[in-house]
Amino acid sequence: MAIIDPRHAARQLVYERIFRWATLSAAVLVLLILGGVAISLIYGAWPALAHFGFRFVTREIWNPVTDQYGALGPIFGTVVTSTIAMLLAVPAGFGIALFLTELCPPLLKRPIGVAVELLAAVPSIIFGIWGLFVLAPVLQRHVQPWLIAHVGVLPGVGALFKGPPFGIGILTAGIVLAIMVLPFIAATTRDVFDTVPAMLKESGYGLGATTWEVIWNVVVPHSRVGIVGGIMLGLGRALGETMAVTFVIGNAHRISASLLAPGTTISSAIANEFTEAVGDLYTSSLIALGLLLFLITFAVIAAAQAMLLRLERRGASAA
Amino acid sequence: MSRRIWRKIKNGIFLALSCVATLIGLACLAAILWTLITHGVSGMSHRLFTEMTPPPGGSGGLLNAIYGSAVMTGVGILIGSPIGVLAGTYLAEYGRGSKLATVVRFINDVLLSAPSIIVGLFIYEILVVRMRHFSAIAGALALAVIAIPVTLRTTEDMLNLVPAGMKDSSAALGAYPWRTTLSVLYPAARSGIVTGLLLAIARISGETAPLLFTALNNQFWSTSLNGPMANLPVVIFQFALSPYKDWQSLAWAGALLITIAILILSIAARILIAYLSPSRGAGR
Repeated sequence: MAIIDPRHAARQLVYERIFRWATLSAAVLVLLILGGVAISLIYGAWPALAHFGFRFVTREIWNPVTDQYGALGPIFGTVVTSTIAMLLAVPAGFGIALFLTELCPPLLKRPIGVAVELLAAVPSIIFGIWGLFVLAPVLQRHVQPWLIAHVGVLPGVGALFKGPPFGIGILTAGIVLAIMVLPFIAATTRDVFDTVPAMLKESGYGLGATTWEVIWNVVVPHSRVGIVGGIMLGLGRALGETMAVTFVIGNAHRISASLLAPGTTISSAIANEFTEAVGDLYTSSLIALGLLLFLITFAVIAAAQAMLLRLERRGASAA
Repeated sequence: MSRRIWRKIKNGIFLALSCVATLIGLACLAAILWTLITHGVSGMSHRLFTEMTPPPGGSGGLLNAIYGSAVMTGVGILIGSPIGVLAGTYLAEYGRGSKLATVVRFINDVLLSAPSIIVGLFIYEILVVRMRHFSAIAGALALAVIAIPVTLRTTEDMLNLVPAGMKDSSAALGAYPWRTTLSVLYPAARSGIVTGLLLAIARISGETAPLLFTALNNQFWSTSLNGPMANLPVVIFQFALSPYKDWQSLAWAGALLITIAILILSIAARILIAYLSPSRGAGR
């Protein structure tokens, strides 16, 4: 038994306290950052909110000349582009996850999985520049004229596809967003599919079910919470995505029924106008838009995390 | 009999659709990379790395933007990653199972997916407004705020993978937790933590939105952290939307550069994870 040097032991205790304190304060700092974001946004948005009150979120007007601002246009654009993105990306992401877990030859599983994850790593500005110079012209020349000529004449849905083919606009922004959130939805859905016990699936196959029937009746019910969590995480991304949308949406503060018309979203309005905003009310209105975006995405992401957490706990208790 | 055939047809249709979805996903990645290469290579030359960003209509390079991006990403990582690693250590070691750790983990996951433009507004409010001017340090801080959740998450996950026996052995030798963490846990989780750093660098080096109203942009060579600084993403944004052919060609070259850098970082991170997995299996 070695004799412990009391001074050494005391020093160790000091280091221990310092280290413990450092890790604790780093953890608390994370909370402070989120609190700081909320407080600074409320502080910055206050002049606009005090001036316009509740009308800020119900009016479509956005006029820097007369200093009148309403967030309805950007809110509308954000909701519509995200809806288009989810309508396209959810089935596709589900398909990719299905392919990776059930159909893919083992040899290709990793390369394709990595390729999908790399798509998630591509920065949003690259999607923007690609969307503007490659996707938009293709849509303008080939897809939109067809939509206008064939779908635009139908009663009801036709209203969504009227007007000249700009190339850029709400629809293009939605498609670019769909490509961006696709890898997130595919990756989470795949991970959730992987948590389904093999025995459950094999029982299904043993009863003579086809692959699709096993997926739809065994895998999906078992992983429902996780899938919804993954979709909402993707939705959180789509709602807050800035640069890609800024390139292709056309930046017009108005609400049109046609998906082919240019529009604006909360984040693209901020990105476009913030550095050029003169006057306190203008800047404050843009920060108020940021506050709205923060509240919306916080609610969506928090709900998604809560769902995924619930799934994790259930998985842990089952194991 | 016909019911059986119908089930088989339905199965075939949905499986075919899932293959089509995968092909579309891969085609998007291929199309983006192909466009970047075809448009970007023509702008690639030694001048990209030796000359400053040009005035409208002129020709030049991206030297100041590349330097600015490297500096702000570097400073952002230097500030953000120690905080992320320490906080991750708290969650995995000291705070394990505590209420505070649960809350921090939840908030961190929210920050991980929060829109980056919000972070830009936050730094603008607390720093740019106070200092009354845009600055590189504000840009670096915005990037640091984005890097923290990434490093925190990977650090916690990787520390949790270290076998409990190693920690117990160290404690049995009389080491305090801080000594155990520094001398046993961090080395054991080293490649995992480095992976987190690589992912964080990859994430922040392409961020544009938070730099728009923190670091802004600068057409000239500037090494001052206290003033506006050029950076690749904002230069790409500005040049791509301009009507000048030279600017657009520089934007494509910059886009190619940044994508190559990020893909290399992401692939390196994946290789590190793959290299880590066998030891993970043995540890259990």
